Amino acid sequence: MNQNLILLLLVFPFFGFLFNVFFGKKLSEKISGSIATLSIFIPFIITCYIFSFLLSNPEAVKIDFFNWIQVSNFSLNFGVLLDQLSVLWLLFVTGIGSLIHLYSISYMHNDENFHKFFSYLNLFVFFMILLVTGSNLLVMFIGWEGVGLCSYLLIGYWYKNQDYNDAAKKAFIMNRVGDLALLIGVFMLGYHLKSLDYTTIKTLIEAGALDNQEILISSIALCLFIGACGKSAQIPLYTWLPDAMAGPTPVSALIHAATMVTAGIFMVTRLNFLFDLTPFVQNIIAIVGAITALVAATIGLLQNDIKKVLAYSTVSQLGLMFLALGLGAYTVAVFHVITHAFFKACLFLGSGSVIHGMHGEQDMRNMGNLKKAMPITYVTMLISTLAIAGMPPFSGFFSKDEILLTAFHSNIPLWIIASLASIMTAFYMFRLLYLTFFKDFRGSEEQKKHLHESPILMTLPLIILAILAVIGGIISLPGNSWLNNYLSPILSKEVHAHHLGTTEYILMGLAVLGGLIGIIMAYFKYIKSKYTPVSDAEITGFNKLIYNKFYIDEGYNAFIVSPINSLSNFGREVIEPLLSKTIYLLPSFIQKMGNEGKKAHNGSIGFYLFIFVLALVSITVYLFVIAQQS
Amino acid sequence: MTITLLLLLLLSGSFVTYFSGDKWASKIALLFSILACFVSIALLINFQNGADLNYNAIWIEIPKIYVAFKVDGLSMAMVLLCTLLTPLIVLSSFETNFKNAKSLYALVLFMSFAMVGTFISEDGFLYYIFWELALIPIYFIALLWGNGNSDERKKAVIKFFIYTIAGSLFMLAAFAYLYQKAGSFLLSDLVALNLSNEEQFWIFLGFFMAYAIKIPIIPFHTWQANVYEKSPSIGTMLLSGIMLKMGLYSVIRWQLPIAPNAAKEYIDLFIILSLIGVIYGSILALRQKDLKKLLAYSSLAHVGLIAAGCYALNQDGLSGAVAQMIAHGFVIVGLFFAVEIIERRYQTRMIDQLGGIRTMTPKFASQFLILVLASVALPGTYNFIGEFTVLYSLSQIDVLYAIFGGTTVILGAYYMLKMYQNVMLGESNKTPFKDVSPTETIVMILIIGFLLFFGIYPKPITSLIEPSIIEIVSQINR
Repeated sequence: MNQNLILLLLVFPFFGFLFNVFFGKKLSEKISGSIATLSIFIPFIITCYIFSFLLSNPEAVKIDFFNWIQVSNFSLNFGVLLDQLSVLWLLFVTGIGSLIHLYSISYMHNDENFHKFFSYLNLFVFFMILLVTGSNLLVMFIGWEGVGLCSYLLIGYWYKNQDYNDAAKKAFIMNRVGDLALLIGVFMLGYHLKSLDYTTIKTLIEAGALDNQEILISSIALCLFIGACGKSAQIPLYTWLPDAMAGPTPVSALIHAATMVTAGIFMVTRLNFLFDLTPFVQNIIAIVGAITALVAATIGLLQNDIKKVLAYSTVSQLGLMFLALGLGAYTVAVFHVITHAFFKACLFLGSGSVIHGMHGEQDMRNMGNLKKAMPITYVTMLISTLAIAGMPPFSGFFSKDEILLTAFHSNIPLWIIASLASIMTAFYMFRLLYLTFFKDFRGSEEQKKHLHESPILMTLPLIILAILAVIGGIISLPGNSWLNNYLSPILSKEVHAHHLGTTEYILMGLAVLGGLIGIIMAYFKYIKSKYTPVSDAEITGFNKLIYNKFYIDEGYNAFIVSPINSLSNFGREVIEPLLSKTIYLLPSFIQKMGNEGKKAHNGSIGFYLFIFVLALVSITVYLFVIAQQS
Repeated sequence: MTITLLLLLLLSGSFVTYFSGDKWASKIALLFSILACFVSIALLINFQNGADLNYNAIWIEIPKIYVAFKVDGLSMAMVLLCTLLTPLIVLSSFETNFKNAKSLYALVLFMSFAMVGTFISEDGFLYYIFWELALIPIYFIALLWGNGNSDERKKAVIKFFIYTIAGSLFMLAAFAYLYQKAGSFLLSDLVALNLSNEEQFWIFLGFFMAYAIKIPIIPFHTWQANVYEKSPSIGTMLLSGIMLKMGLYSVIRWQLPIAPNAAKEYIDLFIILSLIGVIYGSILALRQKDLKKLLAYSSLAHVGLIAAGCYALNQDGLSGAVAQMIAHGFVIVGLFFAVEIIERRYQTRMIDQLGGIRTMTPKFASQFLILVLASVALPGTYNFIGEFTVLYSLSQIDVLYAIFGGTTVILGAYYMLKMYQNVMLGESNKTPFKDVSPTETIVMILIIGFLLFFGIYPKPITSLIEPSIIEIVSQINR
């Protein structure tokens, strides 16, 4: 394959970024936005080409550009690795990325920093491409931190609002907790294998380089997993993601639903040969994933902010993906990553369309009956909601069912937790749908007058994503999975598809039934009975606990953030002056002698002190020298 | 052509600047510092082509003192750090009007001269003279051109001066003892000495007193924040950008090769001491009210990590430390300059009085942000290369050290982003902010360009310093 072609994958988004940084301000929105969109769409075309090439020729392509980092026992190239996994990720990163760029042209219309938004978005895609194509862990880490930076910039995009800035900062710092763990894992891996290059470490590990070092393998895998927890918002590092909804909605769709937050899953899948060696860490991953799925789904049940519901739903779905990873079902996790990218991007963009139509309103208590005014938004969101609720034949049904199936075969408690989370998902997603699109309109008269369907630039991506949300399941149909075959070269363990027997069909039926129960419950609660919005202050009891997200943020503040800040104050007020006094004892003794000298002469104290010390120095030297000579 | 050319150029530059008068002083100083920069680059090219840049002549017969300058990759890198930063520092103060400017700029060049001398001296006595000479200019710069209440300033600066001199005396005593054993001050002779472990311990300690104060290593850091705050920006930049690195360089050049056994024996102690500085500095930086003090504590944290790399005694530790010295030198000068830019417009550095600057000056906001990100070692900046290598070296000794040192990854992001948010973001500030001038932009762009270029392609620096590092490691492990 042509090396330059691959380089173009990175060049286009990067130059798109530079272009909008330097010239965007002078250009019209149309030109600035189109260039940014093209900078992502062209790489999508290239990716399609590479993908078709890879289908006929399943050999991975590895290209090194130059020697980057060198330490004592290994050196790393700045290079890319294009194989089944990275190209798959590239496809939906650039594909969904293009759609979201297109959508943003209309969504961000008349924003004062329009060009900046697009430059950040391009930069994000650039780093995301680097993250998935990097040929070693450190190039991935550039992308990893780079997307974190863009996430920071875009969450705090409306930087005049300090709450948004707080959310941006929180996302960055919380991610850094994971990053430190990731780095530690990288250090241990690098030290013991003398390389961080994927192909090299894969060969080494498969050849048994880490055999019989269970503690080492487990620590490495655990550290890497903690890193993944940060980026992919798993317990205990998930609280940044709901706050990240402060950013413009297309950002939430692209970064905080479809692409960046799946980086952790990408990394674990990429290093499947390592994680396969440590059942201990795999168990932890599965448990953390399942619990995250359940906790986030619980919180999602009662949120009133339309984007917050989607955010918790994302955390919950990511949890399900980690559950699959922990069970060693990498293909299943990747499958859900892809279908989730379709329907969740569609849902976020749909919510953006709603927010756009409602002139910035995000509280579902003030919505209702939007399906008449916004039919396209309604239908596309309905399809995606059915998909996420796991209703056949939508894509989410297949991927979620695979996860549940895998869980059932390995660990019944985890299956129960995941099923519960799924039922809740169906409930809160239909709650969202009902509150937004059904019954009476609850907003202001002003809002009602201006209600409108979004322009074509916004609805077109919605329609495309909704179609994908419907048909996305075909890439891995039960019993005949294309994805399994496709991904088999990058997996070290053979994937055996589930045999479709009676148990499987019963489980499928149960899953659908569970989803239906959730939907019906939502129907009775929000359609059949009268819905009266409850203000924040009126929420009491257990509901209040859930509504306030189990007070996890407050806990982090009370037990981590505040103590550090108090310590800082204590250091400034108490420790520093104390140290200053004690440590100066010696010099002040000298100074006292200096002051004696000052009495004898009048003039610059500094000069005399200097002479004094110089004399002292000379005398010392001279004494030693004399002693030496005699 | 030998390295003495550079010294002579800087020294004569200092005199010419002094006699050129207040009006021309800054321009003449800039001219000479740029010349010095070009000369050092020319020297670098010669050095890499294998030319001999060393100079060696006897200075005093009894006691035997040489004027000996020796250049290897390590000292070349440090010299370049000094000569690249000096013009930037001079240029950065172009828009400040100093009274008695000729003396100020003469002192700046003189300081540069002394620091270059420190980095290339092969003879211990000569090195010591340069080491102390470098202190005099900064003392006067801080004292005479500093800011704030003059009595308090005097107190802080004199304390700093006496404090460092007092520390250096211990080093001098160590040198005197070494001379008595070796009969010369030449580094090669001193390294060749067969010192007993006990002797090494005392020598190590003597050096340590001097370096721990200069670097500074906790708990000898108390002079730092006050002096940074009280000095004019030009002085703070010289101190934090280059002078701190004299101490760290000396650890690698003198302390470790001469007394390796002591270093090895107490390796954990010194690493822990350095790492306490990392955590302590980071935590203290969180709640500082004055921007300069915040940066002072962030420096304390960063040099703590560098010191930990030095005392890790392995190849990655030393080369990471050198990389981080260079990276930190550039980024801290840039950050102090950003503070200076703000102070020029608002006459304050108090964080709670600032805010909402970004709306008025998006360009400066971006530059400042890039520096903030470099300071938190985002991959793609040269700071990442240094931090990564140092942390990697620590993990080779004990993963716990890497974790403790790595807290800077989290805490650094915390205090820097918090600072950036409070200073730059939020509702637009009511006082108008004049956009950055061309000279200000040039300085910022050059610093950012350096950090980004070597972040992506660090190889030139790595291969420059690697041979000397390997040699020093072999001396440590002899």
